[in-house]
Amino acid sequence: MWQSLHASLEARNFTVVAVAMDEPEAARPWIEQAQPTFPCLIDRNHHVADLYNMVNVPQASWIDEAGRIVRPPENAGSSDAFRAMDRTTMQMSPAQITERNRSKQTYVAAVRDWVAKGAASEFAYDAASLRSQLRLPDEAMAQAHARFRLAQALLRKGNGKEAALHFGEASRLHPESWTIWRQAAAKDATGLAVSAEFWARVDALGDRPYHRPIDMKGLRRGEA
Amino acid sequence: MITVLHEQSETTCTSARVRGEELWLTASELAAATGWSMKPEGLCRGDVCLPVPPSRAAEYVDGAYLNATAFWQRLQHPVVHDAAGEVWVLGTSAADRGSALASLEAPDFALQDLTGATWSLSQQRGKKVLLATWASW
Repeated sequence: MWQSLHASLEARNFTVVAVAMDEPEAARPWIEQAQPTFPCLIDRNHHVADLYNMVNVPQASWIDEAGRIVRPPENAGSSDAFRAMDRTTMQMSPAQITERNRSKQTYVAAVRDWVAKGAASEFAYDAASLRSQLRLPDEAMAQAHARFRLAQALLRKGNGKEAALHFGEASRLHPESWTIWRQAAAKDATGLAVSAEFWARVDALGDRPYHRPIDMKGLRRGEA
Repeated sequence: MITVLHEQSETTCTSARVRGEELWLTASELAAATGWSMKPEGLCRGDVCLPVPPSRAAEYVDGAYLNATAFWQRLQHPVVHDAAGEVWVLGTSAADRGSALASLEAPDFALQDLTGATWSLSQQRGKKVLLATWASW
């Protein structure tokens, strides 16, 4: 997903660090196909989601040369257009595909602007603006991550039945986290957690977003 | 055999004892599993020390053993375990996660790639980084 961006900017002191919220063997075919030249790390315990209070994929944070966050963890250019796809054929209409591509291109263009201009980029926050955009976790979320960690350990010990209880409790404590829910959910033959249960959970969002809109020109809610 | 999970580490604690909802560890095993060590001023990590309340010392210390659950709960961190008491997560509180993020210094971590090589975020210092998550599911 990020290889062309990385390849075109790596000479400018930029790198993608990709983190798969996934099991190594599930992530492997995707990584082998993409042949990325940036670090592609496997995070089966979703530790990075815990550290950065991330709730979905793809989410990303921009980090400058000094290790400071300049954009908070947020949706990295995905759109909610998929919600209107044909759920039998999994096909999107031309208009939905256009919207999906526009969202991605807008986000990638912003990354390029930041790499070119640094702190002067209109997309890089100063500290005060960033703090106002940061979403901090609450105690239920911290409990959810501890449960998730326990569930993953139990799963690896072969105790799927007890793991399921803790996955369930993690999702109950942190319902906003799609990473927790989808990692634990049943997968179809292609490895996707896109079951009737998934769509029911998406539909239950109603007017709420699946990918929370971000504060970026062209991607704010209602901007299209 | 009891396994303690804390941040990214997974530590087998051969001397651990479980008493009901409490996990008791020797000071050296607690230090190995979490980085918190027992000192005269209390249980410490870096500059931070949590004193043992003298009137309730028995709740926290029993000979060579420390009540990891009691210390963790006093630090307001999550503690969860499996039904058999064999796997314990000594988690990290929302307050700690939140203050780390609010410092605006990107929280560091180290993870492996598919070849088994370990990468930390901090080793990218000096570059702009797009830290991006994805999943196969």
